[in-house]
Amino acid sequence: MSESTPLVLGIETSCDETGVGIVHGTELLVDAVASSVEEHARFGGVVPEVASRAHLEAMVPTIERACREAGVALADLDGIAVTSGPGLAGALMVGVASAKALSLALGVPLYGVNHLASHVAVDIVEHGPLPEPTMALLVSGGHSSLLLVPDVTHDIRSLGASIDDAAGEAFDKVARVLGLPFPGGPHIDRAAQVGQITIDFPRGLTSGRDMERHRFDFSFSGLKTAVSRWVEQQQRDGRDLPVADVAASFQEAVVDVLTRKAVLACTEHDVAALQVGGGVAANSRLRAMAQERCEAAGIALRVPRPGLCTDNGAMVASLGAQMMLKARPVSALDLPADSSMPVTDVQSGLPVTVDHDHPH
Amino acid sequence: MLLALDTSTSAITVAVLGLDGGLLAEQTVIDPRATTEQLAPLIERALREADATPGDITLVAVGTGPGPFTGLRVGIVTGRSFAHARSIPVLGVPSHDAMAQQWFFGGAEGTVLVATDARRKEVYTSVYDRVAPEDEDHLIWARTAGPEVRRPQDLPEHWRGLPTLGRGPHLYPDHLPQSVGPLDVSAAALGGVALARYHVGEDQPTEPLYLRRPDAADPGRPASTLRGEGGPPAPKGRP
Repeated sequence: MSESTPLVLGIETSCDETGVGIVHGTELLVDAVASSVEEHARFGGVVPEVASRAHLEAMVPTIERACREAGVALADLDGIAVTSGPGLAGALMVGVASAKALSLALGVPLYGVNHLASHVAVDIVEHGPLPEPTMALLVSGGHSSLLLVPDVTHDIRSLGASIDDAAGEAFDKVARVLGLPFPGGPHIDRAAQVGQITIDFPRGLTSGRDMERHRFDFSFSGLKTAVSRWVEQQQRDGRDLPVADVAASFQEAVVDVLTRKAVLACTEHDVAALQVGGGVAANSRLRAMAQERCEAAGIALRVPRPGLCTDNGAMVASLGAQMMLKARPVSALDLPADSSMPVTDVQSGLPVTVDHDHPH
Repeated sequence: MLLALDTSTSAITVAVLGLDGGLLAEQTVIDPRATTEQLAPLIERALREADATPGDITLVAVGTGPGPFTGLRVGIVTGRSFAHARSIPVLGVPSHDAMAQQWFFGGAEGTVLVATDARRKEVYTSVYDRVAPEDEDHLIWARTAGPEVRRPQDLPEHWRGLPTLGRGPHLYPDHLPQSVGPLDVSAAALGGVALARYHVGEDQPTEPLYLRRPDAADPGRPASTLRGEGGPPAPKGRP
């Protein structure tokens, strides 16, 4: 292999996207994704068994497509990286088993990496080397985390996370209340664009006392309930539901808290760069407000293109390539899939750095 | 050489065979909850025991179940991915066929029932008969029923009295009294079935034999927040 530009294939199967990406050092060659989201839509959320079945069917065809589109033969690869957690256990196992088989059959090293760390590392192929440290705000259907990242290959510290629903989950649930389809994020974003912010929904964990105990944590469960109550009251009173206004007001409440705490974390920890990732990073209001508030605070904002914010294999390949460049240890073939892998474990089976003041 | 593996029963089992059917190595552990961890190291060990490298493997055979879904998928995706990486064919074998092969190859005659654990108080079943093959390339048995899934007490009376392979009789001795043969799949036998079918040009798809639809319920209407009604259980959130 060329020392400065390892050719790495990354596999991501932690939820409902079968992702296979290939990077050459810090250059993205391909990002192939097969999604089972439409199969889940009628259930209003991801059904683990449906996702696992879809991963098995899509795994090898997606690897094949990625190689074809990148013009890469599997035999040319220098390494294989795979999301080994956190995520849906049965879904993770499909990707982990496939990655091991590739590693074994091709005789190249295997790197089992953390899903959340990969969401941070993907920006390297988009915007170049990560400033060290970087602050990362990861917001998706399963995660809402604020991470201080001195080194994405082995030192990630959790400053806070959602104590109940993830931000994307709140979007899904509120969309259902408003009669909008799953997944809720894009539909609420679209509806909000023609709505007005007319309702002052609560901002979770922002009161004085909460800012002491849960300074960088989030809570969206109360907000979701407040929206449901408001909607039901309207219906009970026989009034038409102003869907666009509710969507805009709800979205504003989520985005306000996310950006306020992210910027505060940067300021207090003296970090000059904020990266926003995860599926919710595709939200147009989140991007706009983050831009506005980062500019005002003198913080450089980095947001990958929407296709690299949602789950994908390129982010895993990007982190794998960084692992190789920094000569991090290789994962063993008995690597487990760890559905509740803590974000502080960038790589499976390695020593853990835990920020004991912030137990997340 | 052929690499054979199966993860549909309590055994995680891997074998390396010559293309003439001769067994070069077999590695098995009984640990149905650790398929993801154990399978790849077992393949590595079997290759070493056979004094082979991945490049020596020209065919892969994988058990397609039925069996508990999570472990089954780990085996199938491993077989498919290994074969894809080496650009070689991957052959699927219904896992019960491997148990029948082992049984009749040992000299047994007549009819045999395979009953393996399907969890949820059910068993996966297949029925096999000893047959006279057309020639020595063909298998010496034929599947006459199954695989299917049902409660052991719902099996036809005349099946329940048959000599039975698999863990079914150990789990449900009242309904399946005649335990006779192997409890779990052997990859060596699975490889033998795959090779026999390969040599006569039979199609061997690797689609998993789930035999059950995924558990999933339509969520219906959102639960009311005003009256505190309980709604139906929501699907798991996205991690």
